[in-house]
Amino acid sequence: MCGIAAIYAGKKTGPDLAAACGRMIATLRHRGPDQSGVYCDPSVGLAHARLSIIDLTTGGQPIHNEDQTVWIVYNGEVFNYLELRQDLESRGHHFYTHTDTEVIVHSYEEKGIECLKDFNGQFAFALWDTKKQRLFLARDRVGICPLFYAQNDGVYVVASEIKALIASKILPKPEIDPFALDQVFTLWTTLPGATIFKNIYEVKPGHALIIDTNTHREHRYWDIPYAAPDEHSPAPLEDLCEQVLALLMNATKLRLRADVPVGSYLSGGLDSSGITALIARHFNTNVQTFAIRFQEHDFDEGEYQNEMVAHLKVQHREIEAGNELIAESVPAVVWHAEKPLLRTAPVPMFLLSRFVQQQGIKVVCTGEGADEVFGGYDIFREALVKRFIARQPQSAIRPVLLEQLYPQIFKNDRQKAAFRNFILHNSSDVENPLYSHLIRWENTSRIKQFFSKELADGIGAYSTVAQCMQLLPENFNQRDTLSKAQYLEDAIFLSNYLLSSQGDRMAMAHSLEIRPPYLDHRLFEFMSRVSPQWKVLGINEKHLLKKVFKDVLPSSITQRTKHPYRAPIQPSFLKAIQSGYVRELLSVQELEKNKFFDHTKVHALLKKIEAGVSTSETEGMALMGLISTQLLHEQFVENFSYPDGLSVHWDMCFDRRKTLMSN
Amino acid sequence: MAQKTKVKQFIVNELLFGNESLLTSDDQSFLKTGVLDSSGLLELITFIENTFGITVNDDELVPENLDSLDNVEKFILHKATA
Repeated sequence: MCGIAAIYAGKKTGPDLAAACGRMIATLRHRGPDQSGVYCDPSVGLAHARLSIIDLTTGGQPIHNEDQTVWIVYNGEVFNYLELRQDLESRGHHFYTHTDTEVIVHSYEEKGIECLKDFNGQFAFALWDTKKQRLFLARDRVGICPLFYAQNDGVYVVASEIKALIASKILPKPEIDPFALDQVFTLWTTLPGATIFKNIYEVKPGHALIIDTNTHREHRYWDIPYAAPDEHSPAPLEDLCEQVLALLMNATKLRLRADVPVGSYLSGGLDSSGITALIARHFNTNVQTFAIRFQEHDFDEGEYQNEMVAHLKVQHREIEAGNELIAESVPAVVWHAEKPLLRTAPVPMFLLSRFVQQQGIKVVCTGEGADEVFGGYDIFREALVKRFIARQPQSAIRPVLLEQLYPQIFKNDRQKAAFRNFILHNSSDVENPLYSHLIRWENTSRIKQFFSKELADGIGAYSTVAQCMQLLPENFNQRDTLSKAQYLEDAIFLSNYLLSSQGDRMAMAHSLEIRPPYLDHRLFEFMSRVSPQWKVLGINEKHLLKKVFKDVLPSSITQRTKHPYRAPIQPSFLKAIQSGYVRELLSVQELEKNKFFDHTKVHALLKKIEAGVSTSETEGMALMGLISTQLLHEQFVENFSYPDGLSVHWDMCFDRRKTLMSN
Repeated sequence: MAQKTKVKQFIVNELLFGNESLLTSDDQSFLKTGVLDSSGLLELITFIENTFGITVNDDELVPENLDSLDNVEKFILHKATA
């Protein structure tokens, strides 16, 4: 992966494009420490920070077509580039590098923006068509690679991360958006297209943006696939499993294409164990694997990791995410995530990428996306079970199913009884299209009680949940329960939280590219045509995937209880609250200054945490939300800065400002 | 009445962090209106047991006993006289 930046001035004059490009790319060097390059003409600047993975010698960017009328800066990978290149060469295109980047340029010449449909990969790019004088931005289907934009009076700035937009000095001072805070404090993330800052946007997954004549328009080229029951595959389960395995093998093989070694994350769960096993058995017996261990026993999966290592005999290394280390790392994590966080789970991913970078590895395959594609989340099973119970509300047996969903949470009979009698009692609204997620969102929303009066007034009557309703495709409520829950999870959570705050942003903080084979769009599309009953059978999640891995993984891994990946919150921050940076960050003075939170309530919470009696998930989310919002304001609004001395020396420089003007 | 005040104080101070406006009436459902989540409920039960010297049995963990200030008061009085 890499970092990209672009400025479109069109007919406007004003900014020194090369200088602004330099400031922008200087903030993105963690994404691409190997090389940098720039292209400028009177209307546009394109800049690139390169992490060299394919074609190490001649792959520097920007890259152009034969007559230098099309230019691109690009972050990511088009994995099927070798096949596409062959076809393009047979149509007469000439290549001057061995990169996938150049394949995009020629595909665009051939097909225009429709070329996006040919790409199998994870990418974000800015392509400048000098003849049409238009800037073409695009992002991969599911949104693995980030791409942000903003405009000021028709001058657009575009970049892989928000910090580069701010560093351009083309925008007014950023402001945190109260509506976006309401979204994060409900959904754990902002909604697609939005960011935590006012007037700064993200290109949505599966979308392109065309900028010309100092305005822009959006174009969707892909949506999360859904198939009605009459379009479901009639094939028996065994055949479906064979086809999924074949697709997954190919998806993994494509993701091993690189001119540097590719490692693998190994959490000990089904998803990453499956991918690692496919790599070790079929493609690279010496694959290097990496894992996180936790100081807190409840979060640790070491036992299963060790079992997989013994099973596959891979070269395995691990780090421990200790409680204090988690708290200390949060400021850096927020700087990279660029949004408030309600969980500490991104922190260990940040620590792991640093460790992997130290081992000299630039690329890893990961298990992300299996839960979304194959139906793995508890919330999916919960929705199915609640619907099942709602059909026979008096049944004493049916609720027992729910307890089986949460063995980690319901450790004793008292908790089970409370949960059964209260939560079920409260789950009546089965016809609501957001049914599967409403309880989670309502629970999370409880942390808004810490909002200050000023912030609550700023939010006013705005409702995040009402806006979620606007996202839903036509005839959404006719879909089955699982498909509806999956759509919400994929549209709201997958790209905006999992693949960014816990994915790309934590990995690229240390120049590490993640490649998740489960998110190959061919698998996504294939699984949409598989009947929901094979995804979650009864309450057995990812039933089909477990069957696929029956002969690949030990039964102790395929049959283990699902362990949701989480990291501790209250225990991690205990010391930082008593005497560390959190004490300062959440002081009355700091809280009063930013006016996001009510200091009386915040201090009541801190007192409870210091006393060691706060164990609830909600209070943990509140604490992390408070800390990360305050940090974000400090880092991006109040005192925005990035290390000095990062002024860019361009390895490649195409300055066409004068030549073109004199033409 | 004293019991109800104590329970209300506990909920407002410890579970709502002083936000009294979230608890507007004595018959308001804690769960439907988001005053308590499941772990808040368990904290409430522990408080009731410790403060009023009663034991809440598993089969008594039902909304009729615990899901509003009125219900909690009725339940505590019932347990005290049982």
